[in-house]
Amino acid sequence: MSMLYVARNPRVAARGLDGEMMIMSGRDSTLFTLNKTATILWQNADGTTPLSEIVERRICSEFEVEPAEALQDAETLARELASHEILQISEHPIPRPASAGESH
Amino acid sequence: MHASASQAECLSLVIEIGGMPVRVNTADPEFLAMLGERYAGFVSASANPEIEFDVELVPPNFADPDADVSVRQQGGHWSLERGDFYAEWEPARRRGSIRQTANPYSIDAVLRIVHTLVLARQGGFLLHAASAIRNRKAFLFAGVSGAGKTTISRLAPEGATLLTDEISYVRRADDSYTAFGTPFTGELAKVGENVSAPVETLYLLAKGDENRIDPVAPVEATRALLENVLFFAEDEALAQAAFQSACEFAKRIPVRRLTFVPNARVWELIG
Repeated sequence: MSMLYVARNPRVAARGLDGEMMIMSGRDSTLFTLNKTATILWQNADGTTPLSEIVERRICSEFEVEPAEALQDAETLARELASHEILQISEHPIPRPASAGESH
Repeated sequence: MHASASQAECLSLVIEIGGMPVRVNTADPEFLAMLGERYAGFVSASANPEIEFDVELVPPNFADPDADVSVRQQGGHWSLERGDFYAEWEPARRRGSIRQTANPYSIDAVLRIVHTLVLARQGGFLLHAASAIRNRKAFLFAGVSGAGKTTISRLAPEGATLLTDEISYVRRADDSYTAFGTPFTGELAKVGENVSAPVETLYLLAKGDENRIDPVAPVEATRALLENVLFFAEDEALAQAAFQSACEFAKRIPVRRLTFVPNARVWELIG
């Protein structure tokens, strides 16, 4: 199974609000609100940590789910976020610019 | 031949909205008088305008004022375009030009757009909201068309000062926000008072069968705020700034849902 890497799209604006993450697409200013799992994924999507490692260290420990099942769900979620250009996904580490437009 | 402000004797007027003086130069005395009447209460004696526009009047061309607006920036040079006007603005030079027919609506749109661009960089915004001052505090009432902005404005009691029934002007200073009166009117067609006060609460309007105030969660507050912010620019950086501004505002200013029946008693809950 190939390794998957995820990175926050630097063209979106993001803001943590009362435990939830609000995202605005840079493409068309559409607003998205991320649930808790998606927020963890977003916050740890640094482009260099494999998705499997994010799931194992950040999601499984938080939600007490089976790693294989959690990874499958996380991949589905990552691809959905990528379809909205919120995340970038790749089978290789993703080099990132300095700023991601995120603020807390 | 129609004269531009730079070709003939230059007449001018300074329109100061939200504490930002904008000088408008024209060669047409009738147009100047029209502006003086339209912006009565917002005409300023300021000798140091932050922006100066030369207006070139062109013959009526049946242009559509309801056409989509285009607001673009390239190399620090903004172009603003709609069916009934074409404007350019260079913030670094504080100068711009407007080409339009002799009507007050086109320049009104240009002013609204320019104010949104300036405010977006300063943490403020124009908002689809009525606003009023009561007990030296400003209250905003946001909502789309039909939500009740005109109604709540019409019901304002004696002693409340109407800032606008349609477009609220919010400027940020450090950790606080100030609402200013605007000449931008809605159905009430009543120009707001040219005064300001610190923003106390933003109410999201909803018509119902009782008068009631309910809390609004931060995410919902921010989303509702963003839905009502006027923003025209096709500019990612500025859109991100507007997004962060809305988040900051929702973090610092209480946002509540105001459900109301159309009678004056609703104002007993406000202020």
